[in-house]
Amino acid sequence: MKLLRDSWLVYQRYLGILLRNPAWVIIGVTQPVLYLLLFAPLLKSIARMPGFPPGGAYNVFVPGLLIQLGLFGAAGVGFSLISELRFGVIERLRVTPVSRAALLIGRAMRDVMNLLIQSLILVLLALPFGLSIHVGGLLLVLALIALIGLMMASISYALAFALRSEDSFAPLIFTATLPILLLSGVLLPLSLAPGWLRDVARANPLSYAVNAGRAIFNDHLGDPSVLHGIGIMAVLAAIAVAVAARSFNRAAS
Amino acid sequence: MAPAEAASAAMIETRGLRKVFTSRKGPVEAVAGVDLRVEEHEVFGFLGPNGAGKTTTLRMLATLLPPGGGEATVAGADLRRQPALVRTRIGYVSQAGGADSEISGRSELEFQGRLYGMGRAEAARRAAETLEVLELTECADRVVRTYSGGQKRRLDIGLGLMHRPRLLFLDEPTTGLDPQSRARMWDEVRRLRDAGTTVFLTTHYLEEADALCDRLAIIDHGRIVALGTPDELKRRVAGDVVTLGLAGAGEQALALLGAQDFVREAGREGDVLRLYVDRAETAMPAILRLLDGAGLALETMAMSRPSLDDVFLHQTGRSLREAAS
Repeated sequence: MKLLRDSWLVYQRYLGILLRNPAWVIIGVTQPVLYLLLFAPLLKSIARMPGFPPGGAYNVFVPGLLIQLGLFGAAGVGFSLISELRFGVIERLRVTPVSRAALLIGRAMRDVMNLLIQSLILVLLALPFGLSIHVGGLLLVLALIALIGLMMASISYALAFALRSEDSFAPLIFTATLPILLLSGVLLPLSLAPGWLRDVARANPLSYAVNAGRAIFNDHLGDPSVLHGIGIMAVLAAIAVAVAARSFNRAAS
Repeated sequence: MAPAEAASAAMIETRGLRKVFTSRKGPVEAVAGVDLRVEEHEVFGFLGPNGAGKTTTLRMLATLLPPGGGEATVAGADLRRQPALVRTRIGYVSQAGGADSEISGRSELEFQGRLYGMGRAEAARRAAETLEVLELTECADRVVRTYSGGQKRRLDIGLGLMHRPRLLFLDEPTTGLDPQSRARMWDEVRRLRDAGTTVFLTTHYLEEADALCDRLAIIDHGRIVALGTPDELKRRVAGDVVTLGLAGAGEQALALLGAQDFVREAGREGDVLRLYVDRAETAMPAILRLLDGAGLALETMAMSRPSLDDVFLHQTGRSLREAAS
């Protein structure tokens, strides 16, 4: 009960900070929009190749784009935490009776909300290009993005606690995220990949999320890959939240 | 000390409080067994150079760092066993402050109040009250980034006071402030004390410890080296100094005064005498009488007290001003 109330308070506070500069919401979605406008048209001809999954170029590409947004959008959230640590904000909050877990959950919820708004913008922009999706599918995809965002934001915060320096945080998190992203078939489906690459990708949990996203956009909501993808992301998100909440509890300075 | 006495109104009581950090060069004893007792309604100061263990002690008492050893009771709650209870009763203002720069002072205060369990209306009322008392109403709705140093510092203190704690920790409350804001802050601390709040502060400013603290502990290398009121501490060093300028016959006066019981030590340079006495207030009339009786003419008379720096020097062999740099 207290965890819920505190998380809600923390969420509102950080949402307030975000909405003070709503431009950041738009800037965050610029990159995927550029992919949509400048890269996706290339796929139109490739989509006719053998091995390309069915459903049309945009229904294959946009799910990957959304997952990329979820991953990269949340990867950088630890940045703001580093300066808060420096200015004593976190320390001040830790002296209050607030639930320590709420300090993480509330702000990660804000990050997820930001991602969901950005995802909706992206989906809306993709509709005129021939993307088709039902409301049920859209909700399911948003749930998947929310889990990915929750996981990645938690990892980002935990890393910010460990590093406490913007200079090492940025290269580390983005360098670590890129191979995970590439090995998940985000840009092009892995059905086009050589066998070894497909094997490596199978070990990458994120590729299950991408498969789930594509199945949903193909209107195969009952496909087992949907349950697998969402289930795997839910478990990883729970682990990441637990680890990051510990950082908020133990932060030494 | 009888148990009943120990349980009386001490706001903070520590026994053998310790903290060891591991650095690359090996373990560093940041706090090496601190025993102290802070009474209710006093301003208690921790004076020492940077790195003496002041902040580490404060952070342990404020539940931010688990103690490495020892026991402590803070605001009536056991520090190790009831940290959550301690948190509801104390306010803590770190050296860095703690207000977010991208939020208005008012919303920070309201958020702070809500974290202490206040409802929306109560938090708003209390925030307005706090802004009023700290004279921040005028900048209340601007983002903190635009505040002056003094305004920012007052807001930090306001955040620590939102829930009316019985005990307020202030870590270097005036570091980086201009003299005017510093004087303002001292008034604020005194007002808090007069309103019944116990204040525990750290400082490396001698004048601040002297002017503001009812009692203080001098800390160096993680150990308390002296504890008492500023006056007691200074008296412990060498008493007061009385300087006499005589019209002549300095040698005769030295012989007369140097033989008195209340003079610990006496020195002469020409017709100027320096007398080290326990208490100048009582020594000065006696000196006047003695000189008068002996028919020796006095031209000037001045008294001075040893500063806290003399105390630090006496206890550690270093000047605080040197140790700080």
